Amino acid sequence: MLESFDFTPFILSFKLAFIVTIILFLLCLPLSWYLSQTSSKFKPFLETITALPIVLPPSVLGFYILWALSQNSPIGAFFQDYFDTSLVFNFKGLVIASCLYSLPFMVQPLQSGFESLDARMLEASYISGKSRFETLLRVALPNIKPALLTSIIVTFAHTVGEFGVVLMVGGSIPNETKVASVAIYEMVETMDYKNAHIYSAFMLGISFSVLFSVYLFNKKHRVGLR
Amino acid sequence: MIDIDIKKEINPNLTLELKLQIKEGEFLAITGKSGAGKTTFLRLLAGLERAKGKIRVGSDIWLDNSTCRAPQKREIGFVFQEYALFSNMSVKQNLLYVTKDIKLCQELLELSGLEHLQDRLPHTLSGGQKQRVSLCRAMMKRPKLLLLDEPLSALDAEMRQKLQQEILTLHKKFGTTTLMVSHDVSEIYKLANRVMVFQNGKIIKDGTPKSVLLKTSGSQKFSFEGEILDIQKVDVIFVAIVSIGQQLAEIVISQEEAKNLKIGSTVRVSTKAFAPIISI
Repeated sequence: MLESFDFTPFILSFKLAFIVTIILFLLCLPLSWYLSQTSSKFKPFLETITALPIVLPPSVLGFYILWALSQNSPIGAFFQDYFDTSLVFNFKGLVIASCLYSLPFMVQPLQSGFESLDARMLEASYISGKSRFETLLRVALPNIKPALLTSIIVTFAHTVGEFGVVLMVGGSIPNETKVASVAIYEMVETMDYKNAHIYSAFMLGISFSVLFSVYLFNKKHRVGLR
Repeated sequence: MIDIDIKKEINPNLTLELKLQIKEGEFLAITGKSGAGKTTFLRLLAGLERAKGKIRVGSDIWLDNSTCRAPQKREIGFVFQEYALFSNMSVKQNLLYVTKDIKLCQELLELSGLEHLQDRLPHTLSGGQKQRVSLCRAMMKRPKLLLLDEPLSALDAEMRQKLQQEILTLHKKFGTTTLMVSHDVSEIYKLANRVMVFQNGKIIKDGTPKSVLLKTSGSQKFSFEGEILDIQKVDVIFVAIVSIGQQLAEIVISQEEAKNLKIGSTVRVSTKAFAPIISI
């Protein structure tokens, strides 16, 4: 039975999630650190922007991204003219769209992790002569391990699980943009319930084990701190 | 010599306005009711908060109209009331994080009897041990200025006494100028050679511990501040129960006094002491 099973959509999903998680981690680390430390009047504005992908319907987000990346917009035109590359209906576009879509899932746990840190501990590091960057790496990050793990795993899982934005920006091109969730949607549409069942069960199993390990780790870590 | 002339509005009702000089090597205690601006003053010196005015340490300008030196570049050690240790690092790593001076680290750990705990994580230590680590960490930079913000107020009396001695030892050994916020009169008397009383953001008293803290006037020799807990009529006299420090005392008062005094008010109890009996 498994011989006819095509793993490509899953591999594509995990490849996408892996790349998106790395990019978002590098981008969101300074952003969430800044948001946690600043008292600037722009903070609520920035927080609203980063939280928008949670409340916007994926179709709305997908539509805007599609428009922004297409050659009709300055961004799309810029990439076409200078890099000779299109950003819609291919894997690159999928990565950009997924980064925007999963942004809050990386920023928010990190930010609340940083905010829960004892401000005096960070000040003690500054007084010890250490820069903000060194304090972030050597004091702040090691003390928010549960938040760190949560943000990485949830971003990964959320990217694997996304559907609407991916469908709008990427379409369903086999080996390029046809990720697992889109593949399942097509199977149901063509009434291929057997494969839809297999794919869905596989997704369910992975999602459950991933979340379960996060909660298990966080529970252990909290107990360890007592 | 440290020259300070600063002004900062902490909130609409409280403006910190201080002008003072601190000599090198001095042990200055700062006391006063909470909300008087003591902690803010230390934080300003550390560069953790900004103010208008001037701070000059020796020939270095730490603060004036155009500059505000970052906390990283001020040669200070700071001990917080709540320890503020790096919870992901062992005792030894907490010290070595400041500077990689292994010799100094060992010396400090030895001095404060923390050697056997050097590989432990902060959450496994007692309050007194944590504050010792925090003190040692503050000394790792060989600071010119050591700032202690109520370092011992969370500890029990016995631990407090031990750490008072250690603070004094470190202050002398490293020749630092030390500023300590404290509410404990005996602690101030033991450690400091100068004490300032803050009230509403201003210095209202400044002098030696003896001249500021011994609250006697004229020929009175015993003088204590206390709170009236109760006033009782016993036969023909009145007795006030006064709480002084951690102890209760019965004081005979006249009928006139009994009328004027209220339960809950703060009073001063004083007497002459020609032949007091001291026993252990």
